[in-house]
Amino acid sequence: MARETCGILSRTNLHRLLDALSAKGYRLVGPMVHDGAVVWDTIQRVSDLPIGWRDHQEPGRYRLEQTGSQEVFGVVHGPQSLKPFAFTPREPLLQIERSKDGFTTRSTLPQSEKVAIIGARACDLAGLAIQDQIFLQGEYQDPYYATRREGLFIIAVNCTRALQTCFCASMDTGPCAKNGFDLALTEVDDQLLIEAGSESGSDLLSALSLSPASQGLTREAAARGDACAQSQVRQLDRTRLPQALHEAHEHPRWDDVAARCLACANCTMVCPTCFCHKVEETPDLTRQNSEHARLWDSCFTQEHGYIHGKNIRPTIKDRYRMWLTHKLASWIDQFGTSGCVGCGRCITWCPVGIDLTEELSSLLKPSEQPSVLSRQ
Amino acid sequence: MVNPYLIHPATIMEKIREADSIHTYRLRLNDEATRRNFRFTAGQFNMVYLFGVGEVAISIVSDPEEPERLDHTIRSVGRVTSAIAQLQAGETLGIRGPFGQGWPLDAVRGHDVVIVTGGLGCAPVVGAIDYMFRRRRHYGSVKIIHGVKTSRDLLFHERFEAWGKQPDTEVLLASTRPDETWRYHVGVVTDLFEHVTLDPTKSMVLMCGPEIMMRLGVPILMRRGIPATAIYVSLERHMECGIGLCGHCQMGPYFLCKDGPVMRYDLVEPWLGRGGV
Repeated sequence: MARETCGILSRTNLHRLLDALSAKGYRLVGPMVHDGAVVWDTIQRVSDLPIGWRDHQEPGRYRLEQTGSQEVFGVVHGPQSLKPFAFTPREPLLQIERSKDGFTTRSTLPQSEKVAIIGARACDLAGLAIQDQIFLQGEYQDPYYATRREGLFIIAVNCTRALQTCFCASMDTGPCAKNGFDLALTEVDDQLLIEAGSESGSDLLSALSLSPASQGLTREAAARGDACAQSQVRQLDRTRLPQALHEAHEHPRWDDVAARCLACANCTMVCPTCFCHKVEETPDLTRQNSEHARLWDSCFTQEHGYIHGKNIRPTIKDRYRMWLTHKLASWIDQFGTSGCVGCGRCITWCPVGIDLTEELSSLLKPSEQPSVLSRQ
Repeated sequence: MVNPYLIHPATIMEKIREADSIHTYRLRLNDEATRRNFRFTAGQFNMVYLFGVGEVAISIVSDPEEPERLDHTIRSVGRVTSAIAQLQAGETLGIRGPFGQGWPLDAVRGHDVVIVTGGLGCAPVVGAIDYMFRRRRHYGSVKIIHGVKTSRDLLFHERFEAWGKQPDTEVLLASTRPDETWRYHVGVVTDLFEHVTLDPTKSMVLMCGPEIMMRLGVPILMRRGIPATAIYVSLERHMECGIGLCGHCQMGPYFLCKDGPVMRYDLVEPWLGRGGV
């Protein structure tokens, strides 16, 4: 069978793709409308997808709207990125059992599961690549992450509509997926242009025996991607990072943002790259067994900077500065890439609408005005 | 793929009281193969685990050449360490490690060595001092400068006395709030710098203790001509994983659990003096 790298599927035939994945033993996961937002969930059929829905995102605001169209991938994204699939919010690491001469430990590695994710965005792929780098490509590899990660088959959807909060174009991560996917779809009216990004993606494409993509459709898909990039109203100026942000440590803007920030940790929970976690020990009532599990943590919590009786980062100002400086500056020192992929989730899901692009541009301007706090 | 989270049971062979609420736990890994293969360098740390309670990062203070014996000097101060303090010899702890970068003992070779510690900060250097004294001829003069709050906070008193009797070695101790038995300097540890002669071109400094001691002490040493690149500090931050993944121990661009805890001073200088880092 010839290897296919590109093809067209009419929107009414999308079920063929889902069926082919199911036949290969994948559990299908796609965006679903739930309590006013789109979240990842197991889907059975095309009608489970958010057909006709669109999302509107602004600082501190997320709304879904039913347009009545047949558009399948009109919702750009919900609060979840791809992060929870491999780096789960709670991962049991060990089961420890008391024994005659102390205790025995058993690792609770998850079962590897074949999961096909339909509808990942370019920013999410960039986030996943960063998490891969952290958990799989460093000095220590994380076997829990690795086990979950290896079962993922990722079907990206190229964005043709930008949200007000999107700035992936300025981070060079989107709006079209460049790599890190098995298949990528572009929804062009009632057609889906499909490209393979991996060998298994290509195998699946061949099995579908699609009609070849016309040059016209390919050009139209690319044009919509370009228009999407052009339409982004936010951007993040990376030219002077990381140094300029390191040098802004005493900038009065930190007081300003600290006066607004609630330290609720939402930004770190929705961030596709934030990887901080803590370890929790839960003995059972008999105290014969204890579970050693890891949970997402956030640098906005009081405990994050705790060390024997004192807190390294006691104020919200310290914590916001830690988060932003890490995300946009020290991340580059640590991993050679920005910790921000431009998805804009931290802007949308911030209850008070703090916008990191705005904070950064203020922080990179020399401070002339005393801060709000010091004026008071 | 190796599971870096696996915890290995170890028996407390001996629990030695060092000071009020500070004990040294002499541990021996239960599993023979794990014990045989365990190697560490002076200044590295283990994650020490107590069943049902959790883990805490503690430096290994014993001799790297006897890796089957793992001494950890622990002050009972937090949730895990207070619970560990209840244990007696014969009971079981867990070990994961060793982690981090220890003291640069090869780089120090051929130099005069100045060791500056404060409080419990002397513990992570003990292994390095013993290592150097077993290879005495490879190192120049050794100055051991240590400060404590009260005289009761002085750990390893006999060791300091014994080190002071080594050739070409000076031990200087200071206490800010001593009792009447104190025979050494009264004041802060950095006062003692005035009492030592240093050859800045030949000296390397190993420092461990409160960050305030480093922030005040290092500039004095640098004014005496010792370059920042010849000064190594052992730093402390909250650590949950020990393998650079949990994110808690960051200081600027560094994960102190894997890039440290021992860091060359010039690398961390921009971050040390900053509040909230």
